[in-house]
Amino acid sequence: MKTFTYERASIPAEATAAAARTPGAKFLAGGTNLLDLMKLEIEAPQHIIDIGKIGLNKIESTPAGGLHIGALVTNTDLAAHPIVRRDYGLLARALLAGASGQLRNKATTAGNLLQRTRCPYFYDTNQLCNKRVPGSGCAAIAGFSRQLGIIGTSTSCIATYPGDMAVAMRALDATVETVKANGAKRTLSLDQLYRLPGQTPHLETTLEKNELITSIVLPPPVGGVHIYHKVRDRSSYAFALVSVGAILKKDGTGRVAVGGIAPRPWRIESAEPLLPSGAKAFTAQLLKGARPTKENEFKLALVERTLTAVLNEAKH
Amino acid sequence: MKFETPAGINPIDQLRVIGKPTDRIEGPLKTTGTAKYAYEHNDEVSNPAYGYVVGAAIAKGRIKTIDQTKAKVAPGVLAIVTAASVGALQQGKFYVDRLLAGPEIDHYHQAVAVVVAETFEQARAAASLLKISYTKTKGVYDLAAAKDSAPISRQGQSGPLRQTNVGDFDGAFASAPVKLDETYTTPDQTHAMMEPHATIAHWDGDMLTCWCCIQQLNWGARDVATILGIPQENIRLIATFIGGGFGGKGTALSDIIAASLAAQAAGRPVKLALPRPLMMNNTIHRPATIQRIRIGATPDGTITAIGHESWSGNLPGGGVESATASTRLLYAGANRFTQLRLAVLDLAEGSAMRAPGEATGMMALEIAMDELAEKLNIDPVALRIKNDTQEDPEKPGRKFSSRKLVECLQTGAGQFGWNKRQAKPGTVREGQWLIGMGVASAIRGAPIMKSAARVRLNREGIVTVETDMTDIGTGSYTIIEQTAAEMMGVTMDKVVVKLGDSSFPTSPGSAGQWGAASATSGVYAACVKLRDAVANSLGVRVEEAEFVGGQVRGGNRSYPLGDAAKATELVAQDEMTYGTLSREYAQDAFGAHFVEVGVNSYTGEIRVRRMLAVCHAGRILNPKAARSQIIGAMTMGVGAALMEELVVDKQVGFFVNHDLAGYEVPVHADIPHQEVVLLEDLDPTMSPMKAKGIGELGIVGVAAAVANAVYNATGIRVREYPITLDKLIDKLSINA
Amino acid sequence: MLINPINRNTMEESNESTISRREMIVGTTAAIAAITLANVTGTQAAPHTVPLSLAKVSFTVNGQSHDLEMDTRTTLLDTLREHLHFTGTKKGCDHGQCGACTVLVNNQRINSCLSLALQHQGDTVTTIEGLGTPDKLHPMQAAFIKHDGYQCGYCTPGQICSAVAVLNEIKAGIPSHVSASLVEKPQLTNLEMRERMSGNICRCGAYSNIAEAINEVAQKQA
Repeated sequence: MKTFTYERASIPAEATAAAARTPGAKFLAGGTNLLDLMKLEIEAPQHIIDIGKIGLNKIESTPAGGLHIGALVTNTDLAAHPIVRRDYGLLARALLAGASGQLRNKATTAGNLLQRTRCPYFYDTNQLCNKRVPGSGCAAIAGFSRQLGIIGTSTSCIATYPGDMAVAMRALDATVETVKANGAKRTLSLDQLYRLPGQTPHLETTLEKNELITSIVLPPPVGGVHIYHKVRDRSSYAFALVSVGAILKKDGTGRVAVGGIAPRPWRIESAEPLLPSGAKAFTAQLLKGARPTKENEFKLALVERTLTAVLNEAKH
Repeated sequence: MKFETPAGINPIDQLRVIGKPTDRIEGPLKTTGTAKYAYEHNDEVSNPAYGYVVGAAIAKGRIKTIDQTKAKVAPGVLAIVTAASVGALQQGKFYVDRLLAGPEIDHYHQAVAVVVAETFEQARAAASLLKISYTKTKGVYDLAAAKDSAPISRQGQSGPLRQTNVGDFDGAFASAPVKLDETYTTPDQTHAMMEPHATIAHWDGDMLTCWCCIQQLNWGARDVATILGIPQENIRLIATFIGGGFGGKGTALSDIIAASLAAQAAGRPVKLALPRPLMMNNTIHRPATIQRIRIGATPDGTITAIGHESWSGNLPGGGVESATASTRLLYAGANRFTQLRLAVLDLAEGSAMRAPGEATGMMALEIAMDELAEKLNIDPVALRIKNDTQEDPEKPGRKFSSRKLVECLQTGAGQFGWNKRQAKPGTVREGQWLIGMGVASAIRGAPIMKSAARVRLNREGIVTVETDMTDIGTGSYTIIEQTAAEMMGVTMDKVVVKLGDSSFPTSPGSAGQWGAASATSGVYAACVKLRDAVANSLGVRVEEAEFVGGQVRGGNRSYPLGDAAKATELVAQDEMTYGTLSREYAQDAFGAHFVEVGVNSYTGEIRVRRMLAVCHAGRILNPKAARSQIIGAMTMGVGAALMEELVVDKQVGFFVNHDLAGYEVPVHADIPHQEVVLLEDLDPTMSPMKAKGIGELGIVGVAAAVANAVYNATGIRVREYPITLDKLIDKLSINA
Repeated sequence: MLINPINRNTMEESNESTISRREMIVGTTAAIAAITLANVTGTQAAPHTVPLSLAKVSFTVNGQSHDLEMDTRTTLLDTLREHLHFTGTKKGCDHGQCGACTVLVNNQRINSCLSLALQHQGDTVTTIEGLGTPDKLHPMQAAFIKHDGYQCGYCTPGQICSAVAVLNEIKAGIPSHVSASLVEKPQLTNLEMRERMSGNICRCGAYSNIAEAINEVAQKQA
């Protein structure tokens, strides 16, 4: 880990101001991903702004009937919140499927959105990785890619977004609220937040330098059956091979986002009218243009089969 | 003491202490965090510097240059050690890996430098400032590709035979009415013990003391001496507690060599642990195998021919994974053939991991038996029973010292409800889940080795045992205390056990499933000597002396045990050595594993629902600790069956998933309540303890039992471990 | 107690005036330490001045407060093990992949390896040593001994800290991945406990016994 200077901020504006003032600064929230990467020098901030105690840890109902979630609400607190459990079951289920109890106690909502890929070549600084070192090449495409992406990927990167929570957020049409150093605020959808890799896989989000996520807003509940089905080799404490987050109505309509297959939670709204026709038709549309490797082409079938299970479960 | 003829009745048979399910004596330390592991000896070593090992960034080639300019001047840096700075090191006598590489690089993450600094943070940061440039050369990383040109492995001085032939295998197989001929693969696996390899090294003049986590301290001291070129008597290794090993800490690895060299260079004690992401490519692992099994049988299920060939790879000079070992002994059959072939691969060194050879080979053989049973339309339990043998099938007339495989299978079948298993696969369904049951036999050699101990008696009647035996979680402390208490007729609270110090009398350490049987026998021998000394001191005839309840009785008189040491502490030291009984008898431990799995018919996810092991392994010294050894091994077997694989990147030449997120081992949620039955057994051919090892037996066959259960659930036969959902879903029918 | 991990003989204290006056910033923005290096690998290196960052933090461990000045990079785990010598908390992977470093912070379990010491200003930390001692075992420690819920012992402190927290989490009604209902109170089932304990890897494979130990404590508490 490279040496860095450290400061604690006490309010969001102070954090963004400090970031603007200090070259090479990074915000530190829970630290469960950033510190991991700093130990390997995949991340090497010169200055850490600890935002752990700047507030932003409340969950409040919005006037519109939705939910306003502070960026620093922990995964545990979010999953345990009565309104989340009652009205946004998909989100609670996705959170609880991720990581471990210890990590969920520390991991924050915004940090979770921004967690980086678990591609093993990204994690090993001796290997070629365009995400870590732009232009160096990608060892994963011809290497061990069983866990990696099948769609939304590029010739320079097949890494996946590894998380669970964002899959649910995407299906729930969550939006992200941010503040910049100059105080300007904006709101982004998750598809606006996450970039696809193209030839610049090191650019993962559209956040500007020193821009801070302050909250995540969920629209009013949409009802329906909420199911998050995460498929993995071991029963717990593992990243998804494939995960399906679904909100399904009695008439067969609904929304579906899929994790473990793409650089961002994968949802194609235009495919969703096909849901009543069944998993096969929908998945064909959802995964149109997929370019799996030989090692991960099983995910094509796995998405369809997992969705089949989810659709069946929703009927019962 | 030499053990040459089968044991008769002896003090151990009193079973006042031995055989009881005593809690582990070190429990209060381990559960309160006060048991000290290698890296934690802060009281003994003040002001240590911190070492950080740098691994090679390439799989094969040469170091061109190591530019230390920036690292040298980084904050806190005290020394930088490289092969160039310390000169050529010798190889150890067990592992062939060069523990500090340079200029040649033999495998990925081989240690190339050690950076020493005032703090851990400084050492780690400085390590990344070393600028190392390499010249890559082409390596061989693909076992399947190297297989056809792999020669029969060299016959070592020890280890199983590389090739065996009994009768006419080819002829018998060709003419067998029912034949099975299948190939199975097992992947590279890593021990993944929870404590990383760690050492604190401290030089006092020429004397080197290392607090380490080596399982076999006698080998460790020998190998450190050999590698560093110093006399073994100048080395003291201390390993009071070891955070797991499973064979992965057998003797000296890069941590102890790096720490020792770094401490010398820095002129300070150095503490160092291998970073977890380095361990899997830097140290040793269980090698991958390709195994071909051919079995010929008559329609009634009698095996007439059995052949097993196995291919594995290793660094030049490294050993072969002896996957055929069990096949030579497990089932009858007049015509037999085994062969081990070994390719040279430029991956990290392959070596021992829990039941080396046997665990690997039985992953294949016990699927083959399941497949044969189906071909014969015979129940898999019945087929195994049918082909039981009470003598070494390669050496008719050489009996097994004790073998209740049939009873293991029958007991297990009864207790598990095997009769509810549907022979036709894919026919039991509960909602989304397909349910299946599987069985496998278990066999593991029961070696026993020369082992020494020293016992002391003081005037308070306290018996202190000293031996360099280690406790890696196996229960050594407890069973040794039980042994000494039984022998000296005292309660356990009157015994102190000191282990894990190479200055104590030499044991064979924790390896090869020989630790428990060997070390307690050494303590037995020393206690026999101490009993003699006690009798002499008290003026009691040795033949009449009875040691009971803290008293010594003889000649109608009774003395407190401590009275014998009134004048001076009594000290007795002896070792147990062995004659030819292991050649006269086949000495093995046996078992049977039963597993029930559910397979999700949509996703192919596999979850273990029930597990039972029945074991027959000589006298059980402590049923509680023995049971724990078995359930732990069963858990590791589930990992082997369903998730564990060091994935080889055949282009770069390394194990890609080299951390605990990438290399998945079972977690709590994967393991249901486990049942273990320990059959009563005494094996007087082993030692006066009449015990065998059990720690490795428990893993043998487990993976195959899981695999067979998956087949029974789905009708899909997977012959390439691990059995993951991607190998099932193409053939899995969703329809309920 | 003031713990200073850096040998004071080899450095100068940073000037207090370089520390921001703003109250909430406890850390220095750029503490500069001059470190003179001598004799590295046998060759005389030129003396250099290199930056080093230190910052202050105070927290309580097992009831005792500690005022520390740490290298900013020091994790809570290394602070406990290397500076305060609470070696009961183990380093298994240092990357949040094993759970051996689990401690309780403000009564919640976390992986102390993925947390800087500096993040814990004002926190209350409980390690395995704070739960009980060999002479005065915590009920969970006693249950682990009785059920042989450990072998090598290296993951054990983390397992026990986690187990204590798990029972509190169930009591607090926090659901898990395997809870049948999100809105009803979770039950003390074997499956619930196994799922919740899954962040603590035991390679010795004592899981079945650990589950029994936790169950016993849970039943007694219930």
